[in-house]
This record gives sequence, C-alpha cells and structure tokens, in this order.
Amino acid sequence: MSEQTLTIDDHDHHDHGPAKGLLRWVFTTNHKDIGTLYLIFSLTMFFIGGMMAFVIRAELFQPGMQLVDPGFFNQMTTMHGLIMVFGAVMPGFVGLANWQIPLMVGAPDMALPRMNNWSFWILPFAFTMLLSTLFMGGGAPGFGWTFYAPLSTTYAPPSVTFFIFAIHMMGISSIMGAMNIIVTLFNMRAPGMGLMQMPMFAWSWLITAFLLVAVMPVLAAVVTMMLMDIHFATSFFSAAGGGDPVLFQHIFWFFGHPEVYIMILPAFGVVSEILPTFSRKKLFGYHSMVYALIAIALLSFVVWAHHMFTVGMPIGGQLFFMYATMLIAVPTGVKVFNWVATMFKGSLTFETPMLFAIAFVVLFTVGGFSGIMLAIAPVDFQYQDTYFVVAHFHYVLVPGAIFGIVAGVYYWLPKWCGKMYDESLGKMHFWLSFIGLNLTFFPMHFVGLAGMPRRVPDYALQFADFNMMASMGAFLFGTSQLIFVYLVIKAVRSGKEAAQVPWESAEGLEWTLPTPLPYHTFTTPPVIEQK
Amino acid sequence: MEHTSDSYYVPDQSIWPIVGAIAMFLMLGGTGLVLNDLQNAEHASQSSSLIMYSGMIILTIMLFGWFGNVIAESRRGAYSPQVDISFRYGMSWFIFSEVMFFLAFFGVLYYARAFSVPWLGGEGDKGISHMLWPDFEAVWPLLTPPNPELFTPIKEVIDPWHLPLINTILLVTSSFTVTFAHHALRHGDRAKIKIWLAITLIFGLTFLAFQAEEYIEAYQHLDLTLNSGIYGATFFLLTGFHGLHVTIGSIILFILLIRVFKGHFTPDNHFAFEAGSWYWHFVDVVWLLLFVVVYVF
Amino acid sequence: MQRFLHQFCIALAFLIPSSVYAAWELNMPRGVTDTSNTVYDLHMLILWICVGIGVVVFGVMFWSILYHRKSQGAKAAQFHESTTVEVIWTVIPFIILIGMAVPSTTVLIDMYDSSESDIDIQVTGYQWKWQYKYLNEEIDFFSTLTTPKEEIANEQVKNPNYLLEVDNELVVPINKKVRFLFTANDVIHAWWVPELAVKKDAIPGFINESWTRINEVGTYRGQCAELCGKDHGFMPIVVKAVTQEDYDIWVAEQKATALATAAAATQDWTMEDLVAKGETVYQKNCAGCHMVDGSGLPPAFPALNGNEVVLGDIEKHIDIMVNGVPGTAMAAYGKQLSAVDLAAVITYKRNTWDNKTGEVISPADVTAFMSK
Ligand code: HEA
Ligand code: HEA
Ligand code: HEC
Ligand code: CUA
Ligand SMILES: [Cu+2]
Repeated sequence: MSEQTLTIDDHDHHDHGPAKGLLRWVFTTNHKDIGTLYLIFSLTMFFIGGMMAFVIRAELFQPGMQLVDPGFFNQMTTMHGLIMVFGAVMPGFVGLANWQIPLMVGAPDMALPRMNNWSFWILPFAFTMLLSTLFMGGGAPGFGWTFYAPLSTTYAPPSVTFFIFAIHMMGISSIMGAMNIIVTLFNMRAPGMGLMQMPMFAWSWLITAFLLVAVMPVLAAVVTMMLMDIHFATSFFSAAGGGDPVLFQHIFWFFGHPEVYIMILPAFGVVSEILPTFSRKKLFGYHSMVYALIAIALLSFVVWAHHMFTVGMPIGGQLFFMYATMLIAVPTGVKVFNWVATMFKGSLTFETPMLFAIAFVVLFTVGGFSGIMLAIAPVDFQYQDTYFVVAHFHYVLVPGAIFGIVAGVYYWLPKWCGKMYDESLGKMHFWLSFIGLNLTFFPMHFVGLAGMPRRVPDYALQFADFNMMASMGAFLFGTSQLIFVYLVIKAVRSGKEAAQVPWESAEGLEWTLPTPLPYHTFTTPPVIEQK
Repeated sequence: MEHTSDSYYVPDQSIWPIVGAIAMFLMLGGTGLVLNDLQNAEHASQSSSLIMYSGMIILTIMLFGWFGNVIAESRRGAYSPQVDISFRYGMSWFIFSEVMFFLAFFGVLYYARAFSVPWLGGEGDKGISHMLWPDFEAVWPLLTPPNPELFTPIKEVIDPWHLPLINTILLVTSSFTVTFAHHALRHGDRAKIKIWLAITLIFGLTFLAFQAEEYIEAYQHLDLTLNSGIYGATFFLLTGFHGLHVTIGSIILFILLIRVFKGHFTPDNHFAFEAGSWYWHFVDVVWLLLFVVVYVF
Repeated sequence: MQRFLHQFCIALAFLIPSSVYAAWELNMPRGVTDTSNTVYDLHMLILWICVGIGVVVFGVMFWSILYHRKSQGAKAAQFHESTTVEVIWTVIPFIILIGMAVPSTTVLIDMYDSSESDIDIQVTGYQWKWQYKYLNEEIDFFSTLTTPKEEIANEQVKNPNYLLEVDNELVVPINKKVRFLFTANDVIHAWWVPELAVKKDAIPGFINESWTRINEVGTYRGQCAELCGKDHGFMPIVVKAVTQEDYDIWVAEQKATALATAAAATQDWTMEDLVAKGETVYQKNCAGCHMVDGSGLPPAFPALNGNEVVLGDIEKHIDIMVNGVPGTAMAAYGKQLSAVDLAAVITYKRNTWDNKTGEVISPADVTAFMSK
C-alpha cells in the first residue's frame, strides 16, 4: 500500500478504557476484547482436540487394542475432527479477523459490535453441549465428523440430538460472525480505501465470510433433516421411503468442501501479509491474488462430490467433479507462485512469523499435491478412506490452517499487547513443531498407500512401524505446543516493550497506530489519499 | 462507498448477547431432552420441557431487551447514515443465508424426483437397485414408498387449485399491500400505513390458518404425513419451514404495526420497516417457487 | 490409573519386537488385475508430475532463501507485478492438468463398464460382516473375521494375517470377468481389495456395480473402507482367486454343504449340542454388541443376561431373532443364520449366564415359525 499516505490524528483524547472486572469480557462490544476471547477459546479447543488426537495416536501406537474400546475410539475420532474444525480453526481465524480487520481497514470497530459479542458467546455453550455428549448414556457420536446417514440417524446413539443442536448453534454463530465481517469490509473501510486497496488478509476474509454465509445454512439444513429422520419418522436418507443415504453426502459436502477452503483462505491472507514484510518487497501480483481467491471460492461450490467418488455416481457426474476439482490447482498455483515470486530477489530475514509462513507455503503445497492425486477419480478409489486422505488433510490443516493462525499471532502479537515475544523460544517452537508434524503426518502417506483404512482402532501388522513413528511425532508436536502457550503468557506478562512497527518493513494501517494500542482505535477514520 | 461520518456508533457493553446465548443453550438443550424423552418414555422427566420453555421465555425477553435498546438508540438519533447502511447490508446477507437454507431443501426435492425415486423404480444409471424393491413403482407424486410397511402410503395429494391457490393469491397480494404501506410511510400518510400494514398482517394470518387447515386435512383424510415416505417428508419440510417463516414474518409485521401506532418511523428513517418488508417479500418469493414445484408439478 | 500403567508397561514391552512385524510397505500395490496396473501407473505418473513441480517451485524458493537473505547483504528488488509471467503460470498448470485428465478419463470409463460378465456376485455389507451371494449358482454365505480375541487383546502373539482373515473366503476363478453388485443391510460399508483396485460403497437400499478380472492365482486381502460403527475396523475381506477347475470343485462342495445344512435342520438335537453350537454362533455373531457375557452396552445394545425377551415368550424371542428389530442395529438373523444356528443360539441364550430356563428350542421350531 505504498501509494497511500495516511493522515491520522491523535486518538487518545476521547478514549475510554475497558470496564473493570471479569464481566468486561462477558458484556464487551469491543472488537479487540472479542478477538482475544475467540483466540483463547480456539487455543483451548485446540488442546482439547489435541488430547483426543493423543488418545487416537496412543491407541494406534501398536497393533492390538490397548487403551480404549473401539466404540470410544470412534467417538474420539469424531470429536477430534469436529473440535479441531469448528472449535480450533474457525474461531481462531475469526479471532484474527476481529483483531485485525478493523485495524487494517481503519474502522472504529466491527460494524455490528453487539452481534459480534453474541457470535462469540454462543460458541462456549455450543461446545459445552457437544462435549457433554461424551458423558451421556450410549456415548458420544461415533460416526465421524462427516456423520454419514444412516449411521448418524437410525443407528446413532441418543446423544446425536444434542450433537445436532450443537451444530445448529455453531452455524448460527458462524453466520453472524461472517455477516459482521462482510458488513465491516463493505461499509467501514477508511475513506479512500477502495476494495482493490484492501489488505490481502481483509480480502481473504471477505471471500471466506461469503463462503460461510453461503454454506453454513446448508449444514443447518442437513442436520435439521437428520433430526427429522431421527425424531419425526421422515425418510430423507432412507431408501425404504424413497430417499437416499447418498443424498445426505451430497448436501453435507456441498457445505463440506467450501468449509475446507473456509479453513485455508484466511491463512492465505495471513501469509500474504507476512511474506512481503520479511522479504522487504511488495506482494507480487496483488490483483491476481484477489482473482485467485475469488476463483477458488467459486470453484469450491462445484467440486463437492470429489469426496464421494466411491458412492457410485453416474460416470458423467464422476468426470465433471474430477475436472472441476483439478481446476482448483490453477488459481491455487497462482497463489503459490506469487508467494515464491514475492520472496524472489527480496531481502529475507527469518523471524518466527516468517518461518511459519515459509513452512506454510511448502507444506501446504505438499498437501495440495496429494489433493490433486485424490482428485483423479480412478486412482482415488485406491486412496479414498485410507490414511493417505488423513495425510492429505492434515498437511493442509496443521501446517496450513494451524500454522496460518500461529504465524498471524506471532506477527501481530507485538501490536496487540505492546510486548515482544521471546524470539529464541519462538524459533524453538517452530522447529519442534516442524519436525514433529512431518514425523506425524508424512508416514501416513505410506501406510495409506499400503492400504491402511482410516477410522480404525487397530490395524494389520505391516502398518506397525510407520504408525509408531506417527505416534511419536504426534507426542512431539503436541508437547511443543506448550512452548507456545508459555511464550504467549511470558510475552504478555513480562515481554520487552515492542516498537510501534516491530518489523522493519511492515506496511498497513495497523502499524500506524501507537503501541500499546488504545482500547478504541480509529474512532475518527484515517484518510487515505490516492496517489 | 465513502463515508465521512466521524462518529460511528459503537454501543457500550451489553448484557443481551450473553442472555441470548444462554437462552439458546437452554432452549435447544431442553428441546433435545424433550425429543429424547419422546423416544424413551420411561426415562422422561418433567424438567426437560421446563428447561425448554425457560429458554424460550428468556429468548423472548432478550429479543425485547435487545431490540428495545436498538429502537431507543435509533430514536435518540445515535445512528448515523453509515450505521443505517450497516443494518441494510446485515439484513441482506441474512436473507441470503435464508435463501441458501431453502435452496438445500429444494435441492432435496429435486434429488428425490430426478434421482433416488427413479433409481429405486428401475430407471436411470442406478436402476439396477430395483432388484431390491421388486414391487416398487416410481411415479411422482410418490404415493406408495418402496417399503410401505415402514412408511405409510398416501391416499391422495393436496389439490393445488384449492387452498394452495388461495394462499398464493393471499401472499402475492400481501406483497403489494406491504409495499403500499411503505409508500404511505414515505409520504408520511400515517393512517394509510396502519391500514395497509394491518391488511398485510391479516393476509399473513389467513394464510397460516389455511395452511393449518391443509395440514389437518392431510393428516386426517389423505394419510399424507411426515411418515409417508419422501413425498410427505419433502412436502412438510418445505411447506413447514415456509410456514415457520410466515409466522416469524407476521410477528415482525405485528411489531411494526404496534410501532407505527406508537408513532415510530419517519419518512426517511424507517429501516426496521424496510427490513420487515424485505423479509416478507422473500417469504413470498419462496412460496411462489414452492407452489410451482411442490404443489403443481 | 493402575490399569493404564499396567497397559502402558505392556505397550513398552511390545516396543522392541515391533520392527520384526513385516517389511515396510511404502507404496500402493501394483495388484493383480489389468485395472489395478493401469491405476498404479496413473498414480505414479501423477506422483512424479507433482514431484517435478515441487522441485521447480521449492527450488526457486530455497534459492531465494539461500541467496536473497538480508544477512547476505541482499537488497530487495522493486518489481511486484508482471502480467506475462502470471499468464504463463496460469496456463502451464492448466496444460499439465489436461495431460493428467486424459488418461484418467480413459481408465475411469473402462472401470465403469461392467457389462458382459461371467459371474455375478451380490455383496451385502452388514454390521460387521459380508454376505456373498452368487447369483448364478445359489451359493450364499457370510464371511466374518476369525482373528482370535486373545490376539486383539495382546494376550497372544499375532499371526501374520492379523485382522485380515475370515472364516469363509470369497472364491472366484481367474481370468473371468466377475461383476459385483454391492448393497448393504444397515449402514453404508465399502468393499475394498487394494490388489484388485476395486472399492465401492455398499449403500442400504441401492445397488452399486463394479467388476474385476484377476490375472493370478492367490489370496488377496482387504477391509471395509467406510466407517460403519463400532467394529468397522474388524470386517475384512478375503478373496481367493483359483483356477477354473478348482473353482468348479469348490462350487460343487458348497452345494453339498448346503444340502447337509438343510438336512441338519430336520435332525434331532440334544440340549448339550445346541448349547455348545449356540455358544460358537453367539460369540461369532452376537458378542460384538451384546458382549461375551451377555451384559450388552446399554442403552445402545441391551443386555441379554436376564433380558425379558430372552426369558419370556419363545415365539417373541424367535420373532426378534428371525426378523430383527426394524430401524435398529438388531438385524434380521433369519436371513443370515441357518435354522440350526438360530435354534442353537436361542437355546444357548436361554440356558447360559443367569438365564436358566431349561427350555430347548429345536431347529424344527424355528422352521415352523419361519414358514408361518
Ligand atoms: C484446508 C483444508 C483443505 C484444503 C485447502 C484442501 C485442498 C484440496 N483438496 Fe482436500 N480435503 C480436506 C481439506 C482440504 N483440502 C479434508 C479435511 C478432507 C477429508 C474430509 C474427510 O473425508 O474427512 C479432504 C479430502 C479431499 C478429497 C477426498 C478424498 C477422499 O476421501 O477420497 C479430495 C479429492 O479430490 C481432495 C482434493 C483436494 C484438492 C484438489 C485440493 C486443492 O485445493 C489443492 C490445490 C493446491 C495445489 C495443487 C498445490 C499448489 C499448486 C501448484 C504448485 C500449481 C501446480 C500444480 C499442479 C498442476 C498439480 N481433498
Ligand atoms: C484443523 C484440524 C485438525 C488438526 C489441527 C488436527 C491435529 C491432529 N490430528 Fe487430526 N483430524 C482432523 C482435523 C485435525 N487434526 C479431522 C477433520 C479428522 C477426521 C475425523 C474423522 O475421521 O471423522 C482427523 C483425524 C485424525 C486421525 C485419524 C483418526 C482415524 O481415522 O481414526 C488422526 C490419527 O492419527 C489424527 C491425528 C492428529 C494429530 C496427531 C494432530 C496433532 O496436530 C495434534 C497436536 C496435539 C496437541 C496440540 C495437543 C497438545 C496437548 C498437550 C501437549 C497436552 C498438554 C495437556 C494439557 C495442557 C492439559 N487426526
Ligand atoms: C449390530 C449390533 C447387534 C448384533 C450383532 C446383535 N444384536 Fe441383538 N440387539 C441389538 C440392538 C440394538 C437391540 C435392541 C433393539 C431395540 O431397540 O429394541 C437388540 C436386541 C436383541 C434382543 C431383544 C432384547 C430386547 O431387550 O429388546 C435379542 C433377544 C437379541 N438382540 C439377540 C441377539 C442375538 C442372539 C444376536 C446374534 C445372533 C444379536 N442379538 C446380535 C444389536 C445387535
Ligand atoms: Cu463396514 Cu466399515
Ligand atoms: Cu473437498
């Protein structure tokens, strides 16, 4: 944004700080408070979901049944997937959005601050409901995070009712959160900032929010139909009444595929902010980055059935979804190439956010490659529902989504709390995570190709070695996250004072603000003059 | 897209969101308990419905409180034109999300008619499935489902040219009347607003009454129930959720009417009124689509 | 906690011999059908293309990381746009993708052509076993896991086919086009044998088709590949491909056994024999849900020990066994078990654990009920 010059006046004059006491967090309408709440919530859920991954990996450490029974294992898999997706990744990105979007577009707050609070506070209740199913008679849902009917309807434990309502609540929360972001971006940009001058992170969230508003209602619709099949004797997903279990999958994945891009696009945005800063060079190809985001989002609506290549679709459908899915590699490729071009001939330094961002680009691309392999329908017959798929999506989710969030936190933390984190701890966190995660998820490619199905508590002997390796990697990766928690607490409590612009060549409105940040910022919008 | 307003209204702390979250938790949790009690009558307990109702009551209180705040702020003149635009965007995207919700339901109807039912009846790419249901015949409307023991057959479907046609006329007309009310509001003709709005509301309520009559007819005489296979399931899904939206729309209209009587709204500041009428138009459009694909064809 | 510690120690003890389990498998098996070979080649093709792209992209990136670092005195260039390069790197991937799409389409079309088959087999998935019904031969049997509980519980050394072994294998002749009709009885399952490159979902109420033609004699193992509930990990598939002669012999044997089973139903059975047989039937079919000791997993799976139905009216008990409880996991075993097995398991349940009714239900009772 070097064509823009900023005029800001001193904000502190009519600034009133936060209310006192715990209730401040409950009643707050401040985007910074709500952002913090989201991020803390997300971290908590990441740890709860991670503990479940620990249970999974401990059981899979060796062939044979050691720790848990198969029913409980399925509940762990299901809850792990749901909590990571809906509890860790999505709220994590919403947290970043809450903090950053008003700061980056020069808005005083989110457009609808009270609703913002509501979006957040629904979540703890929704997840309380979801987690409470673990203690119900018959156990928690054990039908996978994709909850295919009829395993999730006729054959489900009674707790499925609460699972459904928990999903409803998460959906409502996400829709309201997304609407808020869209409205903020459309209506609250600083005067002079056109859409095509918005920071990349804001763009990525605009597109993500659009996807959310478009597909969360579809998820709500499909769980509503499940509810009706379970409690009101309808037959949407039962052939005996003229319905079809596969219909469930079509609707679910119409939501589900855009959902996976919901989990990655904001990370694209974060990385597009970080790479230029530490390359000391402008983001390469701003316009094509925006068009690529839009293309990915639009394509994501017409590829859903690549998750269903084995359900026996007519061949025309099979081919259509295969071609459409492969096409996504084109805009995604443009993004990857542009990132590399941004680094090319830059002047690079490797602070922790940059390390995470570089690892993101590399490992996400690895995950993208396995995605392309999965997209080839005839070969997907061999991959589908094996650990190859598990490897694919963990590569795009852990070093993708999770690294995206973590990189964003490292990058903006000095601005948020006015304190610097400990760089050497940060580097340690990065390297241990990097090694741990590759050790965990890379071997999964091998066992998957060799034929190990996913969602099994026990496996044949030829898969033993790689599983043990994966489990050890998981323990390494998991425990290294404790460093992150320690590092953040340490930074907030006793970090060095951070400079107003802690990174040498960071650009964007957020860095024009004083450090520490006042409670209210941009109460008078900055004016951006076009050159 | 440029706004020079230098004071965007950021509300102070508010108690209503957390109340709303708690209400939602109680309402949905309670509903879950009630539903599970129905399946397992021995373990039913009194407190289930108590929790559900308390959630509903708290939710109502929350809505009154929250909207009360908004109305007060609006009448106090706290909202700049930019805030007004935020509300407009918000409402439009909310309606868009509702469109997607209904789209999923229409998709189900389409899938059943174009794929699953013909396949089960032996036509199309997966027609071989007919092997499993040798007695099943694929026709639409589907009166006899593949397994008539689990899902009871329908005697007859609703005739589109009686109640549904009347309802169509009612809703379409009401879309006009609400626009008349809006015109009147813009011209400051308060008597006319009241009349047109009241007429709209009456149309909405009549629609609901006819709908109820139709459901009773379906259950008592036609054997058209939720349990009669995919026809009944999609029929009640689409008309039911539409009916729910008409109900919500009517409540909105009712509140608007009260507010008009209280002297709220000015010719150029009446966002709530417009939002209500957008919602009403949306409900109307859904009905038209529904009338065509559910009843007529 | 103590239990946990105990198990943790066992787990540790197992650490050492783990490397002797089996050779490392890194890649997809080539398989034994023409299709599986083409699929393998396609897989390798795409894999190498991706590796190639990766080398180029990451190459440029690491080069920048090495040579454009600030500590090396690199000064940042100013360019940030170039329509030409951007068009180039939009078009090149597109062309590569077309290169991938063409062979994929041919393979897929071939895989979809299940016409002109020599043998048709209907495969039905149940929680948690497979039923194979030879449509031209009147052969019909179930195939369940045989791995002993002790091996699963780590109380016994695991055999090389751990979890991949069944009582009745699917036997097919080589060099014949075998067409499968997949369906399921309860939830969705998926039938998968990697070496045949066949994976298809078995969907309740619908039929999916697929086919294979095996080139080599051998035993090929696979597993259910769609989460189908608790024991999804324990419903393997074993296909035995034999020569046409051996296949004919096998078919003849199957028919003979079928006759013998039918004869057994009319025979007289003693209480001891029934209970003994019933116990095997129970352990194999029922213990998965109702548990070995009949305690079930309430509320999902009722306890049978002291159960009202089991101790109550015989007619009702037979009815539940034959017709199942529609809409629940309790399947209609009339379709799955022979009259002898049904009689045996019913007698067993009524005379084991705390259930001591002393009643004997003979196969004839069951046949009588079924013919009503
Ligand atoms: C953040 C989440 C995320 C992301 C970004 C992606 C990205 C992609 N995914 Fe993935 N996917 C998941 C999350 C994600 N996925 C999850 C969670 C599942 C499992 C769900 C479940 O069953 O539980 C899944 C499953 C899944 C399947 C189903 C597998 C199966 O069950 O059989 C398929 C099949 O096509 C697929 C494909 C793809 C493709 C083509 C992309 C593409 O977007 C990737 C594009 C990127 C690249 C290709 C790399 C960069 C490009 C270049 C360098 C250009 C040049 C490249 C070429 C010309 C090849 N994914
Ligand atoms: C963003 C999403 C996300 C993330 C971050 C992860 C993270 C991890 N996942 Fe997850 N996973 C999914 C999404 C995700 N997963 C999904 C969608 C599925 C599919 C579910 C399904 O099949 O339905 C899945 C399934 C899945 C499986 C397959 C299960 C099966 O098929 O049976 C496995 C197996 O190894 C696994 C492992 C892991 C591991 C080891 C991590 C690690 O990265 C986790 C790291 C661990 C921690 C971060 C915990 C830290 C905790 C401590 C250090 C303890 C300290 C304790 C206290 C402080 C109290 N995951
Ligand atoms: C897939 C799981 C499963 C398997 C395997 C299974 N059952 Fe059941 N069984 C159930 C369920 C679930 C019910 C409860 C049905 C209901 O809700 O009424 C049930 C109910 C019963 C009942 C009636 C008891 C009651 O209280 O309603 C009997 C008797 C019974 N099973 C016997 C058997 C026998 C014998 C076998 C083996 C041949 C068997 N079951 C295998 C799941 C199973
Ligand atoms: Cu059957 Cu999984
Ligand atoms: Cu997808």
